[in-house]
Amino acid sequence: MTGYIEKKHTFRSWVIEKLFMGKTIKEYLKGLITPFNFVAALILLVGVPVSVYRFTQGIGPSTNLSDNNPWGLWIGFDVLAGVALAAGGFVMGTAVYLFGLKEYHPTVRPAVLTGFLGYFFVVVGLCFDLGRPWRLPYPMFVSVGVTSVLLLVGWHVALYLATQFVEFCPALFEWLGLKNFRKWVIKLTVGATIFGAILSTLHQSALGALFLLTPGKLHPLWYSSFLPVFFLISAIVAGISMVIFESMLSHRVFGNRINHQGVDFDKLTLGLGKAAAIGLFAYFALKWVGVAHDNRWDLLNTPLGHWFLVEVFIFVFFPCLLFTWAVRKSNAALVRFASIITVIGIIINRINVAIVGLNWNLEDRYFPHWMEFAVTITIITVGVLTFRWIVNRMPVLYEHPEYKEIDQ
Amino acid sequence: MEISRRKFLKSISAASGASLVSKSQFAHGAERFTGWPERFGILTDITRCVGCRSCEAACNEINKLPAPKIPFEDQSVFEKIRRTDAQIYTVVNRYPNPKPGGPAVYVKKQCMHCDEPACASACLVKAFKKTQEGPVIYNKDVCIGCRYCMTACPFYVPAYEYDEPFKPEVKKCTMCFERISKDGIPACVEACPMEAMTFGKRSDLIRVARKRVIEQPDIYIDHIYGEHEIGGTSWLYISGVPFEKIGFRMDLGTTPYAELTKGFLGAVPLVLILWPAFLIGVYMFTRRRQEMVETEAENFEIEEDQQ
Ligand code: SF4
Ligand code: SF4
Repeated sequence: MTGYIEKKHTFRSWVIEKLFMGKTIKEYLKGLITPFNFVAALILLVGVPVSVYRFTQGIGPSTNLSDNNPWGLWIGFDVLAGVALAAGGFVMGTAVYLFGLKEYHPTVRPAVLTGFLGYFFVVVGLCFDLGRPWRLPYPMFVSVGVTSVLLLVGWHVALYLATQFVEFCPALFEWLGLKNFRKWVIKLTVGATIFGAILSTLHQSALGALFLLTPGKLHPLWYSSFLPVFFLISAIVAGISMVIFESMLSHRVFGNRINHQGVDFDKLTLGLGKAAAIGLFAYFALKWVGVAHDNRWDLLNTPLGHWFLVEVFIFVFFPCLLFTWAVRKSNAALVRFASIITVIGIIINRINVAIVGLNWNLEDRYFPHWMEFAVTITIITVGVLTFRWIVNRMPVLYEHPEYKEIDQ
Repeated sequence: MEISRRKFLKSISAASGASLVSKSQFAHGAERFTGWPERFGILTDITRCVGCRSCEAACNEINKLPAPKIPFEDQSVFEKIRRTDAQIYTVVNRYPNPKPGGPAVYVKKQCMHCDEPACASACLVKAFKKTQEGPVIYNKDVCIGCRYCMTACPFYVPAYEYDEPFKPEVKKCTMCFERISKDGIPACVEACPMEAMTFGKRSDLIRVARKRVIEQPDIYIDHIYGEHEIGGTSWLYISGVPFEKIGFRMDLGTTPYAELTKGFLGAVPLVLILWPAFLIGVYMFTRRRQEMVETEAENFEIEEDQQ
């Protein structure tokens, strides 16, 4: 009898400690009333009914998609941009575990968590877009279309999601206090990192390869046989930029939770900035090789051509210069600023390929329905809330005191 | 603005050139598929079409599609250029005759039943299939509704049931697969009072078409649309006016779309083998280097102790 009470008691304290961060439920609920949460609640208030509408009434009434424009915001932004921005996990994992850049270790966990959640919510977004989302496993198990680039994307995203979960498990097990599991799963880290790097290389470029099938539809300035390479390089840069951007945000928002002793975050930021500058420069140069290859210089002096120049100069070349300058001047703040422009630039690129440049020669152009925006914003909000929930509880931004020494 | 054919071809060769290794591998491994020899096709002679839309009506009936918004007899439908959609598998459009004073030109449009279809190469669940008989058919039981087939089809043919929340399907002309596999002929061909369409073995149709074009050069222009376009299609057209003036794309090239992604897909196994080898190599190298640094540091300490 007493044993039972004790057990109940420990469960209660476990809940309080793990889920309510050591506060009583009352305190916890009170703590939830913040301006940020208020905005998030408003978004969900719109987003949840819109989602219900989408799944009960169909894609037609809730989007502006059509037979001519079958792909829209959910593919262009949620999937294409989402996957690119979530590349940080693979980039940092490779840098630290494979290339031995140990000093970047503190960035790995947040990057892996962003990667995992990023991919997870990409799949959620995809489910909104698919006509029959419940058939998601079909390409893997029921009918396998081996000639399809999209099959490759599907398989890889699924496997990569699993890999990132494995990579995140140590944090999860530390939080739950499962020492043995943690010990076991940490042994998988290097293997998972290698596996993740291969999968990422392939599916990031495969997303670009999807558009190899649209030569007559995609604007020639964006269509290129180099699309797979463009997508891969820009994803690596996007991943690095997201890591910079995110560690800045984390410091602002979760400052009290970060305690990597002796880590000079400015120095790490500068190092990442250097990598981003090199990546962006390669990307910029390749973009022009692409244009030269198809010899469509004449198109540059058209409205869409001007937009192409904006993308390439303001959102690729300019941040490239900024990164270089900032690194030379050891200005970490400027690196952070450049990373924001880069991230915006990659989003613009994906939207240009999937929406602006696609079907450019049709009169019937697409612009998203407000409900498409609502769903996208809702998914991002839920993603951010999940990230915050986890970061507030698990050892992501700080090292768990009990495990500090073990890996050294 | 159109991409010129030459440039287009160039961009295709670039696409396959991106991975030379895989390309040559394909060249040795498999002969390029040149189509089922006995496949059927349909030849549409645009000069004979009078725009009566009997084919549209027949298609509507045989596929049990809902009644059209504008009745089949109503000529006002020609005011706008239409495309196929989930409830209309074929449309007849009217174009002004580019020759001054010539009669209006009517063009029937539907799925081209490509020999190596873009839709089929795009689909990740093999929902589209080029049958030996010729038609490209769709299997609704595996389709997940990603609509990549629609993005890929260069002719803007497949349509989606966007308003169907639970069982949406991709819809397009089936070339009356059921009927022709029972020795029938497609409903539209049968319905046409002008014999504008001919159904038969594709190889025979090419001969028929060529004969007409060669024997009556004053009536026909010298091109059989679909003979070579994107690797050939089962549906063929001959016309009295240039095809680009009546809504046909002339910039599609002759390379099947399936080839466009073969280079990339061919490179995948290569990445799967070389990348891990490279990464493991890097990993071992950095580990070894670190060990060396550590032992050196130790040696250094020992030396210092000894002094
Ligand atoms: S015309 Fe389009 S839908 Fe028809 S077979 Fe060719 S690619 Fe497929
Ligand atoms: S919508 Fe269906 S048929 Fe078209 S590519 Fe996707 S799964 Fe295949």
